[in-house]
Amino acid sequence: MGEVIVITSGKGGVGKTTTTANVGTGLAKLNKKVVLIDTDIGLRNLDVVMGLENRIVYNLVDVVEGNCRIKQALIKDKRYPNLYLLPSAQTRDKDSVSPEQMKKLAEELKEEFDYILMDCPAGIEQGFKNAIAGADSALVVTTPEVSAVRDADRIIGLLEANEMKNIHLIVNRLRTDMVKRGDMMSADDVVEILAIDLIGVVPDDESIVVATNQGEPLVGNDSMAGQAYMNICRRLIGEEVPLLDLNGKNNIFSKISGLFKKN
Amino acid sequence: MSLTDFFRKKTSGSVAKDRLKLVLVSDRANCTPDVMEQIKNDIINVLSKYVEIDMDGLDIKISQTESEGTNGSVPALFANIPIKEMKGTNK
Repeated sequence: MGEVIVITSGKGGVGKTTTTANVGTGLAKLNKKVVLIDTDIGLRNLDVVMGLENRIVYNLVDVVEGNCRIKQALIKDKRYPNLYLLPSAQTRDKDSVSPEQMKKLAEELKEEFDYILMDCPAGIEQGFKNAIAGADSALVVTTPEVSAVRDADRIIGLLEANEMKNIHLIVNRLRTDMVKRGDMMSADDVVEILAIDLIGVVPDDESIVVATNQGEPLVGNDSMAGQAYMNICRRLIGEEVPLLDLNGKNNIFSKISGLFKKN
Repeated sequence: MSLTDFFRKKTSGSVAKDRLKLVLVSDRANCTPDVMEQIKNDIINVLSKYVEIDMDGLDIKISQTESEGTNGSVPALFANIPIKEMKGTNK
């Protein structure tokens, strides 16, 4: 029986889709059978981040409306045979799917997959309700900014009101240099404010932009973000992994990886 | 340098943290202006049985207070209600 995890944040642009792509790919790397569901109906994005945009035939709404079988809509990843994507519909709106339908879909997918990751749209409306409906646990993504943390707090409140037991925090796009000089909240500050368990800290990393440009999740490669995402995956499957030491290493590391990129 | 800076002025990171803590107090209390108004009216109604209230000086709001034992601060209803005169007391 698989686990359904919703990746959510409230605020847009903090890295939900990037996180879904990388955590999903990382879990597949760890030999888990994974399906990623883009629940952002009308604003399809996970397919391009995964580099699978050219393979879409059917989508989430087609499955829910019974226009096709689930198997027909699932796109097999080009890198990992145990990783699949269920893309969202681009020309429909959020009301095309109901929370009950999402719950039913999640139950069916649980039979076959180890992990079902729901990429949640920004906001707290219908799309959010759909995405969390079938979820067993949640990954709340935030950046160390007042707006993102405030929205994350609201989302956590809503998840708790929906009786979600397992809620974990990912602090994304942390800049160690700024934290050091006191111009950015640290991961500890954010954890103290939101008071939920931290499952990972992902540093702000240019290689994320490069990876997204190419449609290749960077999880597991030697970039700082790639390592941070892999650690999150290991923690998800129950391994004890110490937090990545972003202090100091960051500068040296980016310089080294910068050298390689030039070659 | 960073250490002296730390003591000299408040960093923007800690400003952000403090502002967030404050804004989350009212967010979490989930207190809409409507509800606040109802609370205010109810308090006035009850107190008016006993005292005459100075409506202009009335101040009722949700703020933050340190709680004993638990983690830090909790929301608290803060009410400053000036009394003009006691009612029904023996004069």
